[in-house]
Amino acid sequence: MQELGKAETNSTRIIRQDDKRVIIEKDLDTEYMVLSMGPQHPSTHGVLRLECITDGEVVVEAEPYLGYLHRCFEKYCEKVDYPAIVPYTDRMDYLAGMNSELAYCITVEKLLDIEIPRRVEFIRVIVSELNRIASHLVAIGTYAIDLGAFTPFLFCFRDREHIMSLLEWISGARMLYNYIWIGGLAYDVPADFKTRVAEFVTYFRPKAKELYQLLTENEIFVKRTYDIGIMPADVAINYGWSGPMLRGSGVKWDLRRNDPYSVYPELDFDVPVPDGKFSVVGDCLSRHLVRALEMEESLKIIEQCLDKMPEEPNFNSRALIPKKIRPKAGEVYGRAENPRGELGYYIVSDGKSTSPLRCKARSSCFVNLSAMKDLSKGQLIPDLVAIIGSIDIVLGEVDR
Amino acid sequence: MSSSPSLNTWSDALSGFSIGWFPLGLVIVAAIPLVFIALYALTYGVYGERKISAFMQDRLGPMEVGFWGILQTLADILKLLQKEDIVPTVADKFLFVIGPGILFVGSFLAFAVLPFGPAFIGADLNVGLFYAVGIVAIEAVGILAVGWGSNNKWALYGAVRSVAQIVSYEIPASIALLCAAMLAGTLSMQQITMMQAGPGGFMHWFLFTNPIAWLPFLIYFISSLAETNRAPFDIPEAESELVAGYFTEYSGMKFAVIFLAEYGSMFMVSAIISIAFLGGWTSPLPNIGGLELNTMTSGPVWGAFWIIMKGFFFIFVQMWLRWTLPRLRVDQLMYLCWKVLTPFSLVSFVLTAIWVINH
Repeated sequence: MQELGKAETNSTRIIRQDDKRVIIEKDLDTEYMVLSMGPQHPSTHGVLRLECITDGEVVVEAEPYLGYLHRCFEKYCEKVDYPAIVPYTDRMDYLAGMNSELAYCITVEKLLDIEIPRRVEFIRVIVSELNRIASHLVAIGTYAIDLGAFTPFLFCFRDREHIMSLLEWISGARMLYNYIWIGGLAYDVPADFKTRVAEFVTYFRPKAKELYQLLTENEIFVKRTYDIGIMPADVAINYGWSGPMLRGSGVKWDLRRNDPYSVYPELDFDVPVPDGKFSVVGDCLSRHLVRALEMEESLKIIEQCLDKMPEEPNFNSRALIPKKIRPKAGEVYGRAENPRGELGYYIVSDGKSTSPLRCKARSSCFVNLSAMKDLSKGQLIPDLVAIIGSIDIVLGEVDR
Repeated sequence: MSSSPSLNTWSDALSGFSIGWFPLGLVIVAAIPLVFIALYALTYGVYGERKISAFMQDRLGPMEVGFWGILQTLADILKLLQKEDIVPTVADKFLFVIGPGILFVGSFLAFAVLPFGPAFIGADLNVGLFYAVGIVAIEAVGILAVGWGSNNKWALYGAVRSVAQIVSYEIPASIALLCAAMLAGTLSMQQITMMQAGPGGFMHWFLFTNPIAWLPFLIYFISSLAETNRAPFDIPEAESELVAGYFTEYSGMKFAVIFLAEYGSMFMVSAIISIAFLGGWTSPLPNIGGLELNTMTSGPVWGAFWIIMKGFFFIFVQMWLRWTLPRLRVDQLMYLCWKVLTPFSLVSFVLTAIWVINH
């Protein structure tokens, strides 16, 4: 048997057998298919668009296209007063409005150099940790839907509803709170706030455990996420990843610990990172696991805050809020640990105006999403969906 | 059961009646009641699915139309009937229109050989089981027509996945059913059921009369999930990946027909598994001494009741799985079929053969 080499087309192999030419292998002509995934697609979490070049089920390359939800946040900031920016920050990461507000307010307070009452600090931490749990519940629930499990999603939303109604009771809004103000809060918390939050904590603990058993320990779920979309720690750092994404890659980096703000230094909580026993460090399962474990840590933080929160009669949460905010000339970068990672604001003040000269938001989702092209190379379409879900993007924050 | 042969004669005589070429008797005796049973089962299958999923997810489900939303499915059908019949301009119109029809026919033709009681079977073919397995394969053609005709990339993905899945899973499913056929010694659905009838009720069912049948039973159940595109094997219509899979472009009544076909095959595989392993229309209750529960609960009407109940039980299990489990990936699905289910079905085939020879 003698191979005659490649002839006719590149993919045809011809051999000579018994003095006859026999074509033993002939590939059919195949071509790549461009598959536009999104902006209207069930698993692109809003209006992300991925242009995938696919070879059958295999994604050769996926290029994310952004901007469908661009709302000129940074330009608005230059036109409105400092306090008026707070509602806009809500609309960036609309699943974690309190955290976005907190990040913005501590940045401006840094610029103003003002002292915040301790009660305000504790209330801020409680509401933002509640919001972190709500945000992680959405992340986990939608991730379950991405992988085809519908029931965990509704369980997540049922529990999230309790947080939503709590925050609505406090601030008057379910998603876009405008509650944390520069120098204070919009309102003090209602009278039996502590009991209701404590009730929620006792309600949620067993539910979180149930969710863990139903989803995280599910054989098929583990099969779908284990060893998929691996991101090594050094590459993750080079991409500028933060939050659960970076911790999923095994880097113990949490701004609440590494660059503490508010009252976090006084609180006792762990920063969960995957140990590589249950998952491969850096895969989709690790990132999911970090979120699932972080909810428990947030509950711990809330419990401690409830204990430590000082009761002050006739407390006025707006007492220290400056009438006119006109910071001295200078620039500042403030950041906080959001459910999705490091949300930072870079604010430049010219010292004369009541609105910032420049306000740049460093969005965690945007930075995390930038690795999409790397992560998606050579994956199957179902794995691509699993990877997008594990990044947990909120397009409001990606596009701003 | 003593009534069954006479009733059969009676229904045979009526079904032989025809006006010219038109088999009027056959339509009256078999086709109309069968389609009614199927549609009735489907309507309440859909309602049941919505209620069951709702209760699993701490919801109430449909509550508005009728008492506890019992008329919701009818309202949905009315809504779908009113919808505009859209055919995309770039679609292959012939395939687009004929596809749902092929799907519907594929899933409903199998009802012809399902015995709904000792006296009631559309056609008691001597190759009934073979026919049922074969006719379901037509669905693959329908799905391919639907997916290709839509001229939509998602639909194409869904169709290709679906056909690969159905064709693969037919192998373990057929071998598993072959075990039941070996135990019965016949391929006739009615005969297979008769073999499992007796005063002992459930003790005569193939699942309990021999030590091997649980293996083909499980294999067929898993394969039937894949064949009907149910979770965790609902890869062809994976909502989060392929939007709606092969019927992405469908709306209105064409969508309803596809949906009906899907629920039809769900009920069909549930009925087939009950016939092959769980005694079909025979009563599960045994005669205990003087208390003749089995005799009391047997007969044409009870027969229809039992097989529909058994069918509903398996539909319930299918829904239970669907609302609990995530979805497998394409390659994991194929791995499960070729490397797990097919070898095990061959093992169960050999074991059943040995058992049949020795008994």
